[in-house]
Amino acid sequence: MSATDTSRRRFLTGAAAAAAGLAVAPGVFLMPLAQARRAGEPASSDVRWGLLVDTTRCSDGCDACVRACKEENGWEGVGRPRTDAQWIRKVKVRDPRTGHTQSLPLMCQHCKHPPCVDVCPTAASMKRADGIVLVDKHVCIGCRYCMMACPYKARSFIHEDVHDQRAHAPRGKGTVESCTLCVHRVDAGRVPACVEACAAEGGGALVFGDLKDPSSEISRRLAAHGAEEIRADLGLDTGVRYYGI
Amino acid sequence: MKPHVHFREIEGRSPGYYALLGFLGLLVLAGLVSALYMEIEGHWVTGMSNQVVWGTPHVFAVFLIVAASGALNVASIASVFGRLHYKPLAPLSGLLAIALLVGGLSVLVLDLGRPDRLIVAMTHYNFKSIFAWNIFLYTGFMAIVAAYLWTMMDRMGRPYGKPVGLLAFVWRLVLTTGTGSIFGWLVARQAYDAAIMAPMFIVFSFAYGLAIFLLVLLAAYRWTGRPLGDGLLRRLKNLLGIFAAASLYFVAIFHLTNLYAAEHAGVERFILLDGGVYTALFWGGQVLVGYLLPMAIVFSGLGRSRGWIATAAALVVIGGLAQMYVTIIGGQAYPLILFPGKEVSSSFFDGVVADYAPSLPEVLLGVGGIAIALLGVAVAVRVLRFLPEDLRDELVEAQAAAGGEGGSGTAGGERPGGAAPEAAAAPGSAG
Repeated sequence: MSATDTSRRRFLTGAAAAAAGLAVAPGVFLMPLAQARRAGEPASSDVRWGLLVDTTRCSDGCDACVRACKEENGWEGVGRPRTDAQWIRKVKVRDPRTGHTQSLPLMCQHCKHPPCVDVCPTAASMKRADGIVLVDKHVCIGCRYCMMACPYKARSFIHEDVHDQRAHAPRGKGTVESCTLCVHRVDAGRVPACVEACAAEGGGALVFGDLKDPSSEISRRLAAHGAEEIRADLGLDTGVRYYGI
Repeated sequence: MKPHVHFREIEGRSPGYYALLGFLGLLVLAGLVSALYMEIEGHWVTGMSNQVVWGTPHVFAVFLIVAASGALNVASIASVFGRLHYKPLAPLSGLLAIALLVGGLSVLVLDLGRPDRLIVAMTHYNFKSIFAWNIFLYTGFMAIVAAYLWTMMDRMGRPYGKPVGLLAFVWRLVLTTGTGSIFGWLVARQAYDAAIMAPMFIVFSFAYGLAIFLLVLLAAYRWTGRPLGDGLLRRLKNLLGIFAAASLYFVAIFHLTNLYAAEHAGVERFILLDGGVYTALFWGGQVLVGYLLPMAIVFSGLGRSRGWIATAAALVVIGGLAQMYVTIIGGQAYPLILFPGKEVSSSFFDGVVADYAPSLPEVLLGVGGIAIALLGVAVAVRVLRFLPEDLRDELVEAQAAAGGEGGSGTAGGERPGGAAPEAAAAPGSAG
């Protein structure tokens, strides 16, 4: 790791934070999030972190959320699309009968009843008390059963050596990874990188917050306008909800 | 003196035997080198991807694990169902069961992203995962079958033959239920998510295990020059035909049920009609080669010839590998349904059929698993008394009529001791 790379990373992180601070979208994260967790303090089941995607504000050409996630979590690929990881991707949905198309971001849906957690033999796939679904990279044996079980194709297997890892998002060849809902940011009282980027550069389509707090922005929006889960028929009670699908 | 079926180690000194060991050893080595290569480079050097996460190694591994439980059936038929003609074959049946399971598990473990963390899998358990259960089902199976072999091969163990045999039988049914449920319980994927997968895998296991058993039996007796009765083979080949037919029945019901539900029309169309290699492997490999041709052989006049019986068994094995390929890889190649009724596209291959082609290291690893199993059998029959030295029908009939040596354990636990006459070795033995 060269000094140049480090400074570039520091610059980009700073720049992203500055940009985000300057371009706060109304109603997205002006409200204070739950207080930052102290180190060693367990996640609380008093909150359930969730994400609302307003697909009416998400445009086909925009991938700000994807770029921000790549930068934040360091999963930039090596140009091998079949095996490169994707924590978040833009999906185009088209109704063949009407031609109606939509674009939306798809990532780990942070299910209340996550199939990946059910099938993981070593309990490396786990759900925190606050609803965030994670992979413990120290316990993952790389069996990929979670990838077979996930209905959203949210997970990636690391097919080769990884470089330029972020300290807060460790990765390892031979293990499985996926969106962490930027747990390192959430624990520090911040919103996920995708939400910040969507507010700054995109359409402000992403709302992050506590689903259990009726006064939170996300709860109020859900109460007022409703939203759908992808593959709601599976009964997984996802933490990511979509408005307008 | 009453006629007895005597068990004896094979001689194992011929060039042919050493050539067999050398050949299997090379295949094992190639498999290990392949696994090491994939481990060091990462899985990107294989055909696998984030779309098809289980590739050719899983095809071989699951086939071997399913066949392992089926290979035990011959012993179960004797000790659980009291068909004493099968008793002399029981030790080989148990040996093959353990060897095939070891071969399959080796492939499975070596294909892990982190095979070095096997100890983690042995110390961290999530008991909601059928995979975690399988770790106990597999290790328990090996321990129980080892005990079962002890009841067959040691005078002290003989009184426990019946209960241990019953336990082994029940355990193998649970084990294959666990293997089938790996797929049956995957709610997310169109090709799986069906309760029938568990019983269907059990029926598959009957066919695959018996086919491998027949091939090993025929080869062992031919290469060692030991007599093998046609009556015994006739029973086994008829059984193989019935198992192939039962497999076909389950496959037909599985697809007919899916075809009835509109939501499964897409995946059924993919497997049965326009899935390219998967459709070809389903109809040509699984159905024709795996079920119809073996049934035609064993239930026709051809079934009287040993060469044709071996051919039928080999076809069942090939069909079985085709079935696993269609089930495991075809099931993943068909895209996940994110929005029923809608078309989806993305940079992550949503909505498109995933491409997959087996790479050489994957195939070598899979074949290495088969070689591990066969090498284990070849060495075991050389050092322990697994194989009856004479399986002529008169002997088998006489022993069965005599109640299979008092009806405990399996037949022929008779230990010749160290003073067995050399003349008992079949003339012209190549063993």
